[in-house]
Amino acid sequence: MIHSGDNLERIAAELRAEVIGLSHRAKTPHLGSSLSCMDLLVALYWDFLRIDPENAGDSGRDRFILSKGHAAPALYATLCARGFFPRNLLDEYGQDGAALAEQPAPGCAPGVEWATGSLGHGLSVGVGMALAGRIKQRDYRTVVLLSDGECNEGSVWEAAMFAAAQKLGSLTVLVDYNKWQATGRSEQVMALAPLRDKWEAFGWENYEVDGHDFAEIRAALTCAELPDRNKPLAIIAHTIKGRGVSFMEDDNNWHYRIPNAEELAAARKELGCP
Amino acid sequence: MRNAFADEITTIAQEREDIVLLSGDIGNRLFDKFKEVAPGRFFNCGVAEANMIGVAAGMAASGLRPVCYTIASFLTYRVIEQIRLDLGYHHQRVILVGTGAGLSYASLGSTHHSVEDMGMLRLIPGLAVLAPGDEKELRPAFHAALDYPGPVYIRIGKKGEPVVHETEPKFAIGKALRLREGKEVWILALGNTLPLAMEAAGQLDNEGISCGVASMGSLKPLDTKLLGDVFTSAKVVATIEEHSVLGGLGTAVAEWLAANVTAAKAELVSFGTPDEFLHATTHQSSARAWAGLTAENITDRIAKSV
Repeated sequence: MIHSGDNLERIAAELRAEVIGLSHRAKTPHLGSSLSCMDLLVALYWDFLRIDPENAGDSGRDRFILSKGHAAPALYATLCARGFFPRNLLDEYGQDGAALAEQPAPGCAPGVEWATGSLGHGLSVGVGMALAGRIKQRDYRTVVLLSDGECNEGSVWEAAMFAAAQKLGSLTVLVDYNKWQATGRSEQVMALAPLRDKWEAFGWENYEVDGHDFAEIRAALTCAELPDRNKPLAIIAHTIKGRGVSFMEDDNNWHYRIPNAEELAAARKELGCP
Repeated sequence: MRNAFADEITTIAQEREDIVLLSGDIGNRLFDKFKEVAPGRFFNCGVAEANMIGVAAGMAASGLRPVCYTIASFLTYRVIEQIRLDLGYHHQRVILVGTGAGLSYASLGSTHHSVEDMGMLRLIPGLAVLAPGDEKELRPAFHAALDYPGPVYIRIGKKGEPVVHETEPKFAIGKALRLREGKEVWILALGNTLPLAMEAAGQLDNEGISCGVASMGSLKPLDTKLLGDVFTSAKVVATIEEHSVLGGLGTAVAEWLAANVTAAKAELVSFGTPDEFLHATTHQSSARAWAGLTAENITDRIAKSV
């Protein structure tokens, strides 16, 4: 349970326990992917995005797209904790007829900006939202969270080149660089490294951070707040798949595996959520 | 037809600040006037069609009305998943204008033919598929697309097609346009085959066979009322399209006929491209001849059925 005054580390630990519980109860996979980006979501939703849970559709809101839709439970837990929707929606996650599915449907719940799940769509959509902000002279910012495996998709790089050509300073990409994709090391499947250099070559301002260090994430995001930016910003966040639970960390079996009751209890204990 | 499109969208963009035009690096100089009247609302998205569709979806979700324009084959085949998910699943009001559709770019080879596009897009729930018969039909069709509460694909030819409509018709999505009435035969023409349908109908009339013609500018939704009328009144109903006999107008009408076969009395004859790639070097007229899309072949086959 999150209490007011909890620091970001504590909030992230609570949300990690939450998504492990969701996976256990709904018997849904992709737990490792949710845990790797949890700190990035907490940094965005508690310390960066200008959003109002009471007025989720406000036209001036900052936009956030979770392009790696398979980490949806992490987003759902985040949005629920930030007050976008009531607890019962989260409790029904993954059940027949529930609003929240394994990967989000359009308009499934307040705060879910886009239905993702097929990789390589979110960045283009985010570019469109950012350009619309420019055309309509709104000052909102657009943030898109990609997975490293997702960077296999050519459409990601189409969008990257186009955003740079458009000098889209209101657009920020976070890459959850956990070094794994579904069935292998991301370095071995595609020549992803040097990933930061790729974004540099594509014309993006870029930073490399420890994706589990809130001070480093915050420092990179500060750059996105500078006015009159004329380059989109890429933050390459080095993360650990399954982060926060010793027996899940960097073990790609947790891309698909579902925790049993003992594993759930052990994970909650490690996270300080008995 | 493409010049009429450029002219129409330029006019509308002067009145509506939400109109945005995205091009896949084609239409050199075609949109100079648009860029002048709507600065900041023209985007050359480069040779990157998947991104163009996603960008348009994001714009539509933010209150703009984007129109994507490029060669029909690149606008559809390459990016079918972006169309299905970002436009269809999200029900975003984006208009896709595919130019040089069908066999318009026959001489450029099968890479540039789009004779399976409608078959693919017709399967996407909530997406309207339009194919106006000439430039006079295109203009009101574009307005109807702007009013449609979902994504729309408009399939147009290139330039210099014959104009059939004498005046601008009253176009409505889901309604065919009757150009001439007939008793024994009805030819249902899709898109740029409308002039061919009119020619064939004239020849049949000369042979004493009364032939009506309708422009099926709205393939989806289909004008089922018209189908009900012509299949219960005529002996032969023919469909003509620069599209495969699989998946397009002929198939859509056959699907309707299968469900309404007891009431129908007319025979269905479909004209379109065969289920094979065209490998030969051709121009549009010779490609049409290869597919049997000539007035002579159409009238012969219809006359035999009557």
